[in-house]
Amino acid sequence: MSAGKFFQQRGMTWVLLGLLALGAVAPLVVGGARLPQWLEVVLGGLMSGVLYSLVAIGLVLIFKASGVFNFAQGAMVLFAALSLVRLMAWMPLPVALAVTVAMMVALAWLIERLVLRPLVNQEPIVLFMATLGVTYFLDGFGQTLWGSDIYTLDVGMPKEPKILLENVFEGGILVGMEDVIAALIAAILVGALALFFQKTGTGRALRAVADDHQAAQSIGIPLGRIWVIVWSVAGIVALVAGIIWGSKLGVQFSLQLIALKALPVVILGGFTSIPGAIVGGLIIGLGEKISEVYLGPMLGGGIENWFAYVLALVFLLVRPEGLFGERHIDRV
Amino acid sequence: MFYRETGQYKTTYEADQQLFPILQDRLFVIAVLAFAFAVVPLVASEYLLRAILVPFLILSLAAIGLNILVGYCGQVSLGTGGFMAVGAYAAYNLAVRIPDLNLLVVFVLAGLAATLVGILFGLPSLRIKGFYLAVATLAAQFFLDWAFARIKWFTHDSSSGSVSAPPLAIFGWLVDSPAEKYLLVLGFVCVFALAARNLVRGAIGRSWMAMRDMDVAAEVIGIRPLYAKVTAFAVSSFFVGLAGALWAFVYLGAWEPLAFDVNRSFQLLFMVIIGGLGSILGSFLGAAFIVILPLALNQLPGWLGIPMSTALISHIEFMVFGSLIVFFLVVEPHGLARLWAVGKEKLRLWPFPH
Repeated sequence: MSAGKFFQQRGMTWVLLGLLALGAVAPLVVGGARLPQWLEVVLGGLMSGVLYSLVAIGLVLIFKASGVFNFAQGAMVLFAALSLVRLMAWMPLPVALAVTVAMMVALAWLIERLVLRPLVNQEPIVLFMATLGVTYFLDGFGQTLWGSDIYTLDVGMPKEPKILLENVFEGGILVGMEDVIAALIAAILVGALALFFQKTGTGRALRAVADDHQAAQSIGIPLGRIWVIVWSVAGIVALVAGIIWGSKLGVQFSLQLIALKALPVVILGGFTSIPGAIVGGLIIGLGEKISEVYLGPMLGGGIENWFAYVLALVFLLVRPEGLFGERHIDRV
Repeated sequence: MFYRETGQYKTTYEADQQLFPILQDRLFVIAVLAFAFAVVPLVASEYLLRAILVPFLILSLAAIGLNILVGYCGQVSLGTGGFMAVGAYAAYNLAVRIPDLNLLVVFVLAGLAATLVGILFGLPSLRIKGFYLAVATLAAQFFLDWAFARIKWFTHDSSSGSVSAPPLAIFGWLVDSPAEKYLLVLGFVCVFALAARNLVRGAIGRSWMAMRDMDVAAEVIGIRPLYAKVTAFAVSSFFVGLAGALWAFVYLGAWEPLAFDVNRSFQLLFMVIIGGLGSILGSFLGAAFIVILPLALNQLPGWLGIPMSTALISHIEFMVFGSLIVFFLVVEPHGLARLWAVGKEKLRLWPFPH
């Protein structure tokens, strides 16, 4: 690919990314924001971006392996967190964790059995609506089983914020330690997933299925089992996301709405790319925080609720396959 | 034995193309309409009219709108609640700012306002489709929610953010009793259901269905994607916006943006799925089902003698909804409307086996 062609194809994307970067730095230049405060906002944005990424990774995993756009990922996050927090009242943390993981695997098996298998070969949009049904079911089931109060999840993460770079800026910048740990956990999780996908036989089978269902089936990869595995993995990712979200905000129904933010993230990053989910999450988290803090007061506040979606929408118009997604030749 | 088209010869094109070509169907529809217009307002209790029939009819109208978009044109939308809100707030602003305007005109203009917004948010559908579009419409939903909650102009600077509709008066007829409200809504629904039924079987409806079934093939045979998709969004939003205005003015009376949040969008989508994608009748059946089910579920523990808290009932309602969605998608993807058609097919043979 010549440089000119490369620029033509990627040109608009770079322009858009450039504009985003400009928008991120603008408050410093124009708005007269203070650097330490701006840094705090940026860090906070990146941290919440990490959390969005965690939910988005689950979405991408399932989409890659089974072509299902899993709307229920948010409900799975809530369900996992609820289960864990309620089980912890009965048993020590490691046991509760193991039981929750077992529950998520059982859930994956049930979904494969009752939802995916009967709907094999249906249109993607039908499967998407089926996961909407799963979302509602899980919401109702989780709250029937575990109650609908707000629970505090305490898995021993340090709460007190730390002040960094005190000698560089006056007053330093405030960083929540749990955010740092969350980012670390996310990094470890992504590393583990990468290892699993690259080095194990099951991981290779998963990638084969992701590339081509029929070819994978014809060389003897059992699709059903693969789907159970990938939904289980997504369930465990949901559990990790649920633990981090839950200990940050408390386990409550609104987790579900926050998890909806993973949708613009995968649109931005591309449906089929885990790095895309991470980068997309960071961009969304950052954009959202900066716009809320510096742009929000001008517009009356609360723009966090829709900024991510509109950002993703604008991005879609320029690059329908997302930042890292596979380019599909599919004219509308 | 009684439901047969045998012996009903069609000798003109008009007879062949009429809406209900079978005599028994025609009689049935006329009987239902007569019953709905003449008998129901007299015999139905106030509770039945106010809490069941009025919401059922309004939501049917919204479901017809959504069905045009999702069922006929194949464009999934999760922003229906937002478009309903556009209709509601447009009607409110028109009614408050121009008090002399006839209420019927207000409702239609509110629908047109929703049409404009719908076209605006439908334009991305030319470039994106499937769940990408679903997320794009979700953007519309959250943006509109925010706009109506935060921009004071829309709520006429109401301090609490909630607004209340002016009294309903049409040509000097003050619509305030439940029966009158029911008749008003029924009139709207009949007119627009008929319009929808005719739209979807005309050229424009066929171009929507062609887009839904295979967009490339549709383009090859000369259907303009831009025109087909934008008209689907426009017509759909008009219906939804009108339903939103009715919902706010006739059913709620006073409301805040929460009345049109994302859950409303999901509720309408469920109506369309359960009722039947691509069927006007299905929109009614789905709306009836979703309106009645929660009420039935609320009564059920009482009948069975099991005490249950309202929170628990609402959670069980969620579970039942979720399972039903999956059940319908798996077992009967064409929804209740398909069951109805199967029943009619059986009735043609009854009481003979073949």
